[in-house]
Amino acid sequence: METDVEQVDASTVDPVPPADTTPFGTSATPSGTTPAAADATSTPADQSDTAVPWPDPCEVAGTIRFVAPEGSRVPEAMLAVVDPAVRAEADRLTGEDLRAMYRDMVLVREFDREATSLQRQGELGLWPECRGQEAAQIGSGSALRPRDHVFPSYREHGVAHVRGVDLRELLPIFRGIAQGGWDPVAHGFHLYTLVIGSHTLHATGYAMGIQRDGDVGTGDPERDRAVVAYFGDGATAQGDVNEAFVFASTVSAPVVFFCQNNQWAISAPTTVQTTVPLVDRGAGFGIRAFRVDGNDVVAVRAVTEVALEHARSGAGPVLVEAVTYRMGAHTTSDDPTRYRERAEEEAWRRRDPIDRLRTLLLAEGLATQEFLDGVDGEARELAAAVRTYCRALTKPPATVMFDHAYAAAHPLVAEERAWYEEYAASFDGPVASSSPSAH
Amino acid sequence: MPQLQRFALPDVGEGLTEADIVTWRVAVGDTVAVNDVIVEIETAKSLVELPCPWDGVVRELLVAEGQTVDVGTPILVVETEDAPGAAGGDAGAGAAGASGGTSDGASDGEQETSGGVLVGYGTAHAPTARRPRRHEGAGSAASPASGAAASVAAPRPAPVTARPAVPVAAAQAPAPAAPAAPPPAAPPAPAAPAPSAGFASAGHGPSALVSTPTSSGLHVLAKPPVRKLAKDLGIDLETVTPSGPGGIVTRDDVISRARQGEARTLATYPGDDSPWLADGVVSADGRQTRVPVKSVRRRTAEAMVASAFTAPHVTVFHTADVTHTMKLVARLREDREFADVRVTPLLIAAKALILAIRRHPEISASWDEERQEIVYKHYINLGIAAATPRGLVVPNVKNAHAITLRELADALAVLTRTAREGRTQPGEMSDGTVTITNVGVFGIDTGTPILNPGESAILAFGAITQQPWVHHGKVKPRWVTQLALSFDHRLVDGELGARVLSDVARVLEDPSRGLVWG
Repeated sequence: METDVEQVDASTVDPVPPADTTPFGTSATPSGTTPAAADATSTPADQSDTAVPWPDPCEVAGTIRFVAPEGSRVPEAMLAVVDPAVRAEADRLTGEDLRAMYRDMVLVREFDREATSLQRQGELGLWPECRGQEAAQIGSGSALRPRDHVFPSYREHGVAHVRGVDLRELLPIFRGIAQGGWDPVAHGFHLYTLVIGSHTLHATGYAMGIQRDGDVGTGDPERDRAVVAYFGDGATAQGDVNEAFVFASTVSAPVVFFCQNNQWAISAPTTVQTTVPLVDRGAGFGIRAFRVDGNDVVAVRAVTEVALEHARSGAGPVLVEAVTYRMGAHTTSDDPTRYRERAEEEAWRRRDPIDRLRTLLLAEGLATQEFLDGVDGEARELAAAVRTYCRALTKPPATVMFDHAYAAAHPLVAEERAWYEEYAASFDGPVASSSPSAH
Repeated sequence: MPQLQRFALPDVGEGLTEADIVTWRVAVGDTVAVNDVIVEIETAKSLVELPCPWDGVVRELLVAEGQTVDVGTPILVVETEDAPGAAGGDAGAGAAGASGGTSDGASDGEQETSGGVLVGYGTAHAPTARRPRRHEGAGSAASPASGAAASVAAPRPAPVTARPAVPVAAAQAPAPAAPAAPPPAAPPAPAAPAPSAGFASAGHGPSALVSTPTSSGLHVLAKPPVRKLAKDLGIDLETVTPSGPGGIVTRDDVISRARQGEARTLATYPGDDSPWLADGVVSADGRQTRVPVKSVRRRTAEAMVASAFTAPHVTVFHTADVTHTMKLVARLREDREFADVRVTPLLIAAKALILAIRRHPEISASWDEERQEIVYKHYINLGIAAATPRGLVVPNVKNAHAITLRELADALAVLTRTAREGRTQPGEMSDGTVTITNVGVFGIDTGTPILNPGESAILAFGAITQQPWVHHGKVKPRWVTQLALSFDHRLVDGELGARVLSDVARVLEDPSRGLVWG
């Protein structure tokens, strides 16, 4: 019937191949064969699964990984290219170390989940979830020594936890009743910075102060210190971050720039923010750089140990790109379903850092089910304590804003305080809610 | 002692003032635990599930699905056991209510500092929270509200109790000269919206079914037979809007409240010989009912109006012999690779449309009125119009041009299942490029579909029926369907529309054409 020969236009036959979405092209060695890919050999239809548009960016060559997504150790042969110092650090980790990090990761995830619920119940104004980034945070945070100092952005709940900050102290600022919440000096953990990237300059300045104190390169582990600045992939596009790189590099400041590349700067994917892996930026600034699987806590810990030692020794700054994934929303005000797909989230769920470590612990006999259950129980208790604490938080008087304007008493501040108190007293009673039915 | 906790709608974004109640996930009588999902709400930003703050039993749902409520409005009542420390800030409210005679001011202040639920900074509540300044109040007594304000400024002549029209205050503090001298502003929630309008509007809008914070029905004014009626009907008097003099709840108020809560049922009115729809509020003569426009309905209406009156629609039709498509569907259903997915003629029609658009990419476009440009989309996000319990939604399969037939089948299955469950997310409906409306599933031959806004074409896929058809020179029973393609004549001319529809038909008539064009 079809006598009219159709002009078959070869140029229009093939649509844009989905493989184009692979960041930076090379999908080198599929070290971590995902379960889906493992099944893919049977039928032609399934072969398309191997080309799903959500490739693992950690399979780009040069990304350090010791534990594959399904929880097994990466074969020895594939580690040949890894920096020997990093390998040595990874080998040094004991079952005890891994269990401790596992516990911290589970606790932080549960805390994070509870805080998100509290926001949904109207107890917090906002909450930035860290779900999915536990390995990047716990792994790097646990490599720190007490005298090191951290400049976090606002999502580093895991680092706060390993720095000894009571997780509950993170809540008041997100309830809108405090400017900070913990003692940055006591914990070596600075206050959260809500402005993107500005704290990388603060961190660099702090590191230069350490240099001037002479606490770098003495060889005395009790004395040498380093600074870590945590920021995200989006921050790398900020001028401040690039300036910090220049400063730190040119003066060899003892600072580790720890970039958690969680693939999304709110709604902008990494692929539209950079044309090269972020780790490659280090070379341009003359900064030593590592790219690590940020969901592999072993690799993150090992790389950060080496990076910190590099900085403490006076050899200059280090950039670490920890490739991870923000499994939740940017904050509770954001709706990721508007800009990313379920399939992508699903692909990353299979690379979950906690599942990966749990599988490893069980496979290598480093943890018992009893231990895992105990940690889960602890997490539940933590969540309950967090809930109770948050609900009992009270609003401080407005005059606290005068308390921390200066370290010492200041006559002008005292005067302004007195004026304000008089002004506030000119209203009838406390400034109470006039929405009677809200309670 | 058990306590009643009220869950006030929180601001789940930053500075949102209202949200739609989409789906209640709990019902009265359900036992709930902390962080169980209780309700799904839709804000200007997203669909959000709200977790329960308490362990307890659901006693009341204060707002209906589809209703838009202000942040801060109580939406749910949960009865909790009195566990010290676990109940949190709201326990204060319950305690204050129970102790009755205590100074309102004290409990007010207590809540302010005991961690009462934050209900959205940046909303309408904040500015009104201030008490009037002393040295300003005296002179300005213009409105009733500022009249009260002015008297506040004077050395406490107990102005609230001087307002007998406020039933709550009257009931709670019967002695006008209470020694505690409660700070007079803001009596706790007038049960009736009526007399003290100034105060009522300071809280939240009149839309709230319930505006009293008290935890028992004691403060609602109603005659005993009406109370009995309410009890028999299972109506909480607090949820009834009173219309009687002085804020008294009347018999009619209770009955109309009961009707509001009725589920969708069919009813027969006197004089009717067949049942009619009876949800919503029945009019006085029993001949009409009114229901509020729910969010999806409203959005559908807006989208359809916008589309119909901006894009000049043209529809072209084509009747096609799809016998080969039906055979292909039957074969694919036997195919091992399609074993666990449903294969339907719609799948082949979707593929046919994709192939047709690939051959005529100019139709994958939209009109940018503002910039006077035509936007050509180098991708196909294929929308499927789906009738769901919440109304019409059009989720789309992203990058449908880049996936295999098997993947397309999977995507359609997920998309329709998600839509049917009412869980389609806004992102899944945005950025569509073309839509199929499968009117055939309702047995309809065809129609003239209205474009999904922002798209330039929509295909109606009619019912497939066996009909006499001239096939190889003889009349044979063949599977035949009608296809209709509406397009936006601003950027698609008749020729292009006709070619696209013709190509869709050619693939359906002879699916092997897909090999040539694919």
